Amino acid sequence: MTRRTVVVLTAVVAVLGFAIAAYLYNRSVEEQAAVALRATTLVRPHSPVFGPEDAPVTIVEFFDPSCGTCRAFHPIVKQIRRQYPRTVRVVTRYVAFHQGSDQVNRILAAARLQGLLEPVLESVLAAQPDWSAHGGRPLNLSKAWRAAAAAGLDVGRARRDMIKPDVTETLNQDMADAEAAGVDKTPTFFVNGRPLPSFGVDQLFALVDEEVAIARKSSGS
Amino acid sequence: MSVHQSNSYPVPSKETERTWQMLFLSWLVALAATLGVLFIGEVMGQEPCMLCWYQRAFMFPLAVVLGAACLLSDAGIWRYGLPLAAFGWVIAAYHTLLVAGVIPKPLEPCGGGVSCTSDDMMIFSVVPIPLLSVGAFSAIIILLLLVRKGFRS
Repeated sequence: MTRRTVVVLTAVVAVLGFAIAAYLYNRSVEEQAAVALRATTLVRPHSPVFGPEDAPVTIVEFFDPSCGTCRAFHPIVKQIRRQYPRTVRVVTRYVAFHQGSDQVNRILAAARLQGLLEPVLESVLAAQPDWSAHGGRPLNLSKAWRAAAAAGLDVGRARRDMIKPDVTETLNQDMADAEAAGVDKTPTFFVNGRPLPSFGVDQLFALVDEEVAIARKSSGS
Repeated sequence: MSVHQSNSYPVPSKETERTWQMLFLSWLVALAATLGVLFIGEVMGQEPCMLCWYQRAFMFPLAVVLGAACLLSDAGIWRYGLPLAAFGWVIAAYHTLLVAGVIPKPLEPCGGGVSCTSDDMMIFSVVPIPLLSVGAFSAIIILLLLVRKGFRS
């Protein structure tokens, strides 16, 4: 190799190395920023929390009351809460990707004001096949109301509460945060800000187990 | 090799290869320092302080000029490279002493640009950047002195 070749090659390698290092650095910075952004927007002060407030592992679920898969996941999420009663908390965000979901989300918000979120949610989910618009069947909101009333909801009060501006505000915020986090399907789970590697029950269990192990290790040391 | 080339300056035939290698090494040091400092400034977004700018003013031309000299096998570059490296070394040494606290820190008005003595002057939070700068300028000075020796012999 002549001296000229050595010099030119060195310059090319140096510039290429610089460009690659800059690209890798920027990518890792962007990733960190995305995780930090999610940490602030995934859980809002208005979001209902199931489980201990100071639990080290937070599962955020973007939930649509008309969604059949959300209904199927409901007992699974409850099982995780039972398995880790002190380590895991579940934060639910309410989105409306189906016809009528916005109305049902308002029923749930009104139920929360009466301290009845969990029983009303269970009852409405159990009755989901009857009221939701699925497979050509039309939406039947009165059946959703009937399910909520069966769980003890004061319907008259709920109808007044559900149109209050702060209910609208929290539902709009949930939709905006879903869009910011890139959520376009339900249910979408984040465990301590990390998305599932791919959708599935086992993946959810695995990610929760992983985060619980990390939490226990750091609290034990 | 390049000795035959019409535009290359006469390098004494003895020790030619060794002298060129020293020159090449000095260019590598200047190149690494230049790209490293550009990475910290432009990619990591850390704004250089005034003293850093003065050191850049001497290091950046070294990366260009020593590279050109390697290309042309011009060992006579030591005459121009050495003063550049010496001035850069003096500023880097002053900056290092300032960061180390040997020289008292001047009072600066708040918000008056980037401080030359802040914690940002550390890389990997252990090595102060001005100390690396002293090292790079020192290496270039030593290598250029070796080039000078080869040029004269």
